Amino acid sequence: MPAASTAISVSGLSKRYLLGQHAAVQGFRHLVEDTLKAPVRWLRGGQGKPRAAGAEFWALRDVSFEIAQGEVVGIVGRNGAGKSTLLKILSRITEPTQGRIGIRGRIASLLEVGTGFHPELTGRENIFLNGAILGMTRAEVRSRLDEIIAFAGVEKFLDTPVKRYSSGMYVRLAFAVAAHLEPEILVVDEVLAVGDAEFQKKCLGKMREVTAGGRTVLFVSHNLPAVAALCDRAIYLKNGHLEAMGQTAPILQRYKDDAALAVEATATPAHRRGSGTHRIATLTPLATEQPARAPLGFCAQIRQHAEDGPFHLSLHLRDEWDSEITALNTEYLERGALAPGDQEVRITLNTPWLPPGDYRVEAFLHSGGIIDHWPDACLFRVGSDVATLGYTHSSAHNAGLVLADFRLETTPLQK
Amino acid sequence: MRPDPDAAPPPEKNPAEPFDLWIEAGHAERHYWRDLWRYRELFIILAWRDIAVRYKQAVAGVAWALLQPLATMFVLLFIGWISGLSATEGAPYAIVVFSALLPWQFFANGLTTASQSIVGNANMISKVYFPRLIIPASSIAVALVDFAISVGILGGLMAWYQFWPGWRLLALPLLTLLAIVAALGGGLFITALTVRYRDFRFIIPFIIQFGMYLSPVLFTSAQVREKVGEAWFQLYCLNPMVCVIDGFRWAVLGGEATFLTPATFISLAVAVGLLFGGIAYFRKTERSFADII
Repeated sequence: MPAASTAISVSGLSKRYLLGQHAAVQGFRHLVEDTLKAPVRWLRGGQGKPRAAGAEFWALRDVSFEIAQGEVVGIVGRNGAGKSTLLKILSRITEPTQGRIGIRGRIASLLEVGTGFHPELTGRENIFLNGAILGMTRAEVRSRLDEIIAFAGVEKFLDTPVKRYSSGMYVRLAFAVAAHLEPEILVVDEVLAVGDAEFQKKCLGKMREVTAGGRTVLFVSHNLPAVAALCDRAIYLKNGHLEAMGQTAPILQRYKDDAALAVEATATPAHRRGSGTHRIATLTPLATEQPARAPLGFCAQIRQHAEDGPFHLSLHLRDEWDSEITALNTEYLERGALAPGDQEVRITLNTPWLPPGDYRVEAFLHSGGIIDHWPDACLFRVGSDVATLGYTHSSAHNAGLVLADFRLETTPLQK
Repeated sequence: MRPDPDAAPPPEKNPAEPFDLWIEAGHAERHYWRDLWRYRELFIILAWRDIAVRYKQAVAGVAWALLQPLATMFVLLFIGWISGLSATEGAPYAIVVFSALLPWQFFANGLTTASQSIVGNANMISKVYFPRLIIPASSIAVALVDFAISVGILGGLMAWYQFWPGWRLLALPLLTLLAIVAALGGGLFITALTVRYRDFRFIIPFIIQFGMYLSPVLFTSAQVREKVGEAWFQLYCLNPMVCVIDGFRWAVLGGEATFLTPATFISLAVAVGLLFGGIAYFRKTERSFADII
């Protein structure tokens, strides 16, 4: 392990959030009440009983690790595993509840590109504004201005307010400023998930350049191939705990295996959240391995457990990186509401065509509130036989979230 | 891509190893003021942004900055003319009132914009670290620009009346500093409270409307003292703006205007206390801004 010296040392880090009944956000009445009651409490010689605390939630629990200078470390974990909380603490946006972190060197975080961009200001003005927000001095920004502009490719629109930019230009400009920060430690969250494919490549290239320069990088992403390509080591967070840390490839494998196992956990309806008046007993894809171009079908058996009114069924299709591709919600349909009672429901998806890969279905029953939430209702795979779609180019299934039905017609123009 | 593995031996595990920065629970950052200084450019650029953005896509543009105080001035001239009011300080009514309106408007603007500043920049707060004090402070700086414009108009008004100020006008920068102390102190308190309790959005217009009548803007504090007596006047001086306004009148009007009587020291102490209290309260709550905003 190349450990020159430690850049980040995290020990016993925990972060607690109070859910719901947070005293601090309950409103002004409590401030007045607490202030008026303070002397009484003081006379009684005690702190008094604290306001009834709501449920608490540990976003991070006793996380410890060390990162050496010059290391590039990926952080993976499902949504809600504590990745974002860890980054927020590292970037000093929020404080930990327990534990501490030691940091050597200047740290800069990119939790979102374009933070503080003002739509009314011009591209040039926003470069300076955003640079200052990210911690650059005006002199630093000025010395890199040409590079930033060239990287973003917005030379012609520098003096146009950014509200007139296309969303692509906007993101490119924002990333360009961020990419030219030069801190010793860089914390990056999902910035690669923006822009078109070409720009993403450029971003990856820039990240490689940064990491090659011996800088320490912490990289959070759902894009596992990008993590695999960039990172020396990886950290796997699960429910706020540090599940594993080590060489990237085995950690990523373990994360993928766990995702498959997690499906088992919520198979029992009683363990799921929601009011429970109805529960999805089973959800099965009509075929666990679908050819690439065929309607997808799902069959749900729903059982009634208590009196309730009509409700809706909603299936969310997620890819291997947990991105939601589409949602099949009966609410979107005319007369889509399901009548109460035991029943079997079939849903068919004709378009879009999903690219080859493994998918997960997250299922909900809802009517205003959540009745049943089954995060891993079923898995299915779309086979790699893209040729049936008319695609012959092997890279076709990497171009975008879904595959398209498109045709070609050419007519020679008259001279 | 990795650093050369042979470059350095693995470091000894040493808990006392010096780090540049510690992040810990409840640990008020030791380098807060140093950071504040380091981020001074952000302060300037945020103030500049707010000024630059304000009149974009407004046809009249910067003229709006002049129109508001000008309109106020004409109203005052009109009231003075209609009512035949003449102040006790030996100066035209419009000048007596305008010299008090200057610091009051600055205070009111500062308070209003500061209170909205953190909530208005919520996306920055939840994405990037910097000393949060910069945001309300920069909105006070913006209010200072309006203030400067109003000072210009006061100059015009004085020229119109051919009312020449004395040497005391030299104290104006110092008094402006005092106005900043009061506005920043109150602003920080209100800002931190607004983040937690949005109720303050409704309380502030109330404070500002009533504050103007409670402060010696349309009348002088000498008139108040005459009516209520010294003891009650001391209570009246709990309003931090009393010393600021009296100071401005003393500098602009010269002559009989008084400043720094024992009672105004109460007001001065309140203003300074407000600043330190405001900073302390703001720093105590700013750590949790990102969680509760």
